[in-house]
Amino acid sequence: MSRVGWIRIAVIAIAIALLEASCRLGLIDHRVVIPPSEMADALVHLLISGQDNDQILRTFGIVVLAAVISAIGGFALGVIIHALPRVRQSLDPFFATYYAVPIFIFYPVMIVIFGLSAIPIVLMGVATAIVAMIIATLNGLDRVPQVLTKVACVHRMGRIATALLLKLPAAAPHLFTGLKLAVSYAFIGVIASEFILAPAGLGRVISDAYTDFDNRKMYALMLLLIIVATVVNMFLHAVDQHLAERRGIGKA
Amino acid sequence: MSVAVPGEDIHASLSDVTRVYPGAAGTPAVHALGPVDLKLKRGEFFAVVGPSGCGKTTLLEVLAGLQQATAGTVTFEGRPIAGKVPDGIGVVFQEDASFPWLTVWDNAAFGLRRNGVDPAKIRRRVDDALAFMGLTDFARAYPAQLSGGMRQRVCISRTLVLQPRLILLDEPFGALDAQTRLLMGDEVLRLWRRTGATILLITHALDEAAMLSDRIGAMSARPGRFMEIVATGWPRERDSKIVSDAGFGEITGRLWDNLRGESMKSLGHSGVAAG
Repeated sequence: MSRVGWIRIAVIAIAIALLEASCRLGLIDHRVVIPPSEMADALVHLLISGQDNDQILRTFGIVVLAAVISAIGGFALGVIIHALPRVRQSLDPFFATYYAVPIFIFYPVMIVIFGLSAIPIVLMGVATAIVAMIIATLNGLDRVPQVLTKVACVHRMGRIATALLLKLPAAAPHLFTGLKLAVSYAFIGVIASEFILAPAGLGRVISDAYTDFDNRKMYALMLLLIIVATVVNMFLHAVDQHLAERRGIGKA
Repeated sequence: MSVAVPGEDIHASLSDVTRVYPGAAGTPAVHALGPVDLKLKRGEFFAVVGPSGCGKTTLLEVLAGLQQATAGTVTFEGRPIAGKVPDGIGVVFQEDASFPWLTVWDNAAFGLRRNGVDPAKIRRRVDDALAFMGLTDFARAYPAQLSGGMRQRVCISRTLVLQPRLILLDEPFGALDAQTRLLMGDEVLRLWRRTGATILLITHALDEAAMLSDRIGAMSARPGRFMEIVATGWPRERDSKIVSDAGFGEITGRLWDNLRGESMKSLGHSGVAAG
């Protein structure tokens, strides 16, 4: 592992150790925060008991579904919008201000339309994530060097071959950034929606544990979320960094 | 030393060719090129020099079939070119056109794979082209791991494997330092001799044109026309050492005499650069 990697691990380890010590020494009230070791212990017991595994699987399933829809849909919409400059011109201000609008205000509307099922949660995840993918696709396609279009002509390539063999790989780093953002935003959109209003899911279980003063369960599930989100993002980051280094973009 | 005698048959030609770019909303049309007449003899090395924005690149792109002439006729091997790149023409661009997501080997093999060539033949031709361009040791490297000159060699290899009969080079060494340009010039001469292809080189460097070419066309400021075509009379077996030949200075001096006034005119222009 690189020196930077060791420093990163050391910073996290020190932070955890400080929190552990503060909790054990009574500097932080046990009713407010439990020690990290207790969180880990509670998480292991929770997972072994299987008590909330269906809720956990439901939530992660919805996150995956929302991320996949956002990535594919965002890419497709990005390609279409890029091909229609006037449409793009009219939509650009909306993209620029999209994340200034609290999307969660639309959740009640979705419940009215789709009922208290998983669909509104999936749609909230998609609504949170898809625009990031659209913007990344537009950025990626904007940055495809014009000379590649000439190279395609010299090789007598059609539009589809040019798109698949040249433009798509050339735009790939930006598309991957969009994918990373889409996954992160899908996580946020789904968990936050469940937390606020949904009748089921990990967010709901955390919210219930909070209401019931069940700190062990609440922190255990929060720890699970942090671990899963971090592992997924670290994996995507590692892939992104590998691609960037190969292309000489430098460490991401 | 034998004097370069390219074949007398016409390999490609432009007759009375003009290119006018229509003006965008409210702006006037830009007359970028012509009328231009040029006959490229089979196997010759022809360079085009001219002031910035005089339409050199436009000329190359019209000849390649990347752009359609507004008027006039363009032919390659006797057949007209009409806005489509014909088989047998290879182009190397000024910009780095290597594919950063492919290795050097895969970059070179790209066109052959597209054409469905037999894998054994691809291997043979690519290995041969990379060896010729001195890239064998870098076959598994990615373009980002190479210098600018080496990346340009990757692009030349990608063109070379397709065995083009007419190679168009659009300021391929424009981004390189002077020493690397001289060495790259040597490699292009080697390539030219080995393939027997006709080469048209666009360059802004008079010394580069004088060193590499059999004939040099000096273009006027926009709209670009040929003011004079200078024959160098160099032997076919030549390299960058020719810059120390007494005739070399005469050729560059003559080109500069032609271009000085045109370059001044070009500097006075404030319109859209077309070449």
